[in-house]
Amino acid sequence: MTTTEAPAAASHQPLGPGFDVPGRETTYRETFNRTLRDELNRDPDVFIMGEDIAGGAGRTDEEGKPLDAWGGPFAATKGLIQDFGPERIRDTPISEAGFLGAAVGAALTGTRPVVDLMYFDFVAVAFDQLLSNAAKSRYMFGGQTKVPITMFARSGGGTGHAAQHSSNFYSILAHIPGLKVVVPSDAYTVRGLLAAAIRDDDPVMVCNHKKLINTTGFVPDQSYTIDIGKGRLLREGKDVTIVGMSWTSPVCKNAAEQLAKEGIDAEVVDLLSVSPLDEEIFLDSVAKTNRIVIVDEDTPRASMASEVAAVVSEKAFDYLDAPIKRVTGPHTPMPYNRGLEAAFIPDEAAVAGTVKNLLNV
Amino acid sequence: MDIPPDKLAWMYTTMYRIRRFEETMLEQTFKGKSMGVTHSSDGQEAGPTGICAHLTDKDWISSTHRGHGHCIAKGLDAKRMMAEIFGKATGQCKGKGGSMHIADFTKGMLGANAIVGAGIPLAVGAALTAKYKGYDSVGVAFFGDGANGQGVLHESMNLASVWKLPVVFACENNHYAEATPVEYAVAVGDIADRAQSYSMPGVTVDGMDAFAVYDAAGEAIARARRGEGPSLIELKTYRYHGHFHADEPHKYRSKEEEDSWHARDAIRNFETRVAEQALMSQDRLTAIRKEIDQEMLDAVEFAENSPMPHLDELYSDVYVSYSNPLQGLR
Repeated sequence: MTTTEAPAAASHQPLGPGFDVPGRETTYRETFNRTLRDELNRDPDVFIMGEDIAGGAGRTDEEGKPLDAWGGPFAATKGLIQDFGPERIRDTPISEAGFLGAAVGAALTGTRPVVDLMYFDFVAVAFDQLLSNAAKSRYMFGGQTKVPITMFARSGGGTGHAAQHSSNFYSILAHIPGLKVVVPSDAYTVRGLLAAAIRDDDPVMVCNHKKLINTTGFVPDQSYTIDIGKGRLLREGKDVTIVGMSWTSPVCKNAAEQLAKEGIDAEVVDLLSVSPLDEEIFLDSVAKTNRIVIVDEDTPRASMASEVAAVVSEKAFDYLDAPIKRVTGPHTPMPYNRGLEAAFIPDEAAVAGTVKNLLNV
Repeated sequence: MDIPPDKLAWMYTTMYRIRRFEETMLEQTFKGKSMGVTHSSDGQEAGPTGICAHLTDKDWISSTHRGHGHCIAKGLDAKRMMAEIFGKATGQCKGKGGSMHIADFTKGMLGANAIVGAGIPLAVGAALTAKYKGYDSVGVAFFGDGANGQGVLHESMNLASVWKLPVVFACENNHYAEATPVEYAVAVGDIADRAQSYSMPGVTVDGMDAFAVYDAAGEAIARARRGEGPSLIELKTYRYHGHFHADEPHKYRSKEEEDSWHARDAIRNFETRVAEQALMSQDRLTAIRKEIDQEMLDAVEFAENSPMPHLDELYSDVYVSYSNPLQGLR
């Protein structure tokens, strides 16, 4: 973790939950909004575009200020248009390929666009611009240029948004060279990762799981970034490694706490980034615990769970005392019905059960 | 519109340079010197020339798989372009892009783009940068009739119009999308008519006439610079060769049709016009051709004698801030 803009009486302690630094309990939603605000203040080349990131575009409120009818999907950008104006908080038509392509063009020519793609599934609508222009321009033009663009979208199930608004296919994006993909798991990590993404000179996708958006956690007052490509340990343990990402990270942590009551000491790795991928953190962990369970809400085939499993089998095979286990969604679209949807998403019981099977307890 | 004498000379030089580059490039491709497919734009020289005559290095263009003409008109160096096609380290993209990805960001050339239509929103984005930063720059999106079937063209035109961006949509209608005739695949007779749908001026121009293109582009670019928004220019033109180097166009178009376009050749058209109006002397035209002919010999020699990229180049330039991407599972 790198801290920036440290206050005069900078503490030598690490920032973050559990350390004695000034901060407060904040929602993921409010933290995300505050980080956008910080970065807009920090760099005049940063601007945000997306569908209804203000809402009521072109109209004014009673005081003559630009209307902020929606404040963005999930209120991510609430209040920003009134403080930064419609040039920097730019509502778009519903044209994901058009405006993502325009953002890439703007990034190639000297600005730092932040693009709200609303739901993660809408990545597919803009996919060509992401794959062929954002991710490849630097390489195919021989390093002449950079594409400092940040994209964010809401992923995951659990909110009744059904098949076309609940995807988690970040493994597809992790597959693409030139693109970075981060999966924050709480208010603290979204602040550091979003700030890092906006300051990064490469294209970065920030996946906000919908079930995380209303969660609350400790967030330091001072601005900070978290290195993209570094995971973190949510819990230390010696019996088994459980790897989570995005929403499944808190699920893994809760499962580990349940398991602790039954005498099983699990180590929990929170990936935070799926590209670059912090291999070291889970390889080191499995070298200690000799067992690994990977928990991913995505469908199983060619998923991040599969990728972590492949890396472990290739690089830590000799440390393994048991087969690698994946806990994922099934190979189906996300169902609508609440009971079916709950059955799709890996939960604490599924994680704990898999761990116990693995340990033969 | 009167064209200043030095601009006239530039236009002739540029058109002849494009023509000779494409001829030379094809020759070299058939000798096996290109490492991949090449798409010649000979026949279409007047379009990029008449448009880029109004641009500086501070303006941006996006391009297509048939992008050599756009590159040359935007001032790229024929030597480094040829070296790129040869896959050499001295190429415009260090040999990592090839014919379909030649770019030079110092010249405002945002890259040839091999996905049909995909370059269009990049020029819109460049225009957004211009507006955002208060620059005088404009963006020009070059695309073909084939891109008319792509949604991103329509999204880009709508976006540019509602945001009133300084961008010119330059459709080079060469009458064939790969092997598909335009009248089969495009629902309108004049593509310029589509401008109406996006509340912008649209004009159909003889794309074999550099003077006509110059006039139309001058108006559209001036309008963009005045902050009045985008325009669409359709250039009716013709590619003399097939879709790509090994394509045999006679399988889908007639000799008579080809001859009718050759009879209106943009370079000969220009030569006749400047002679008739005594705008440039024969000696001057001859001197320019001689100079460019030599330039092409030099470009081939440069490309031929340039080194191959070091194998480490396989791994570089993937990320700015991440220098150790997975180096394959070997």
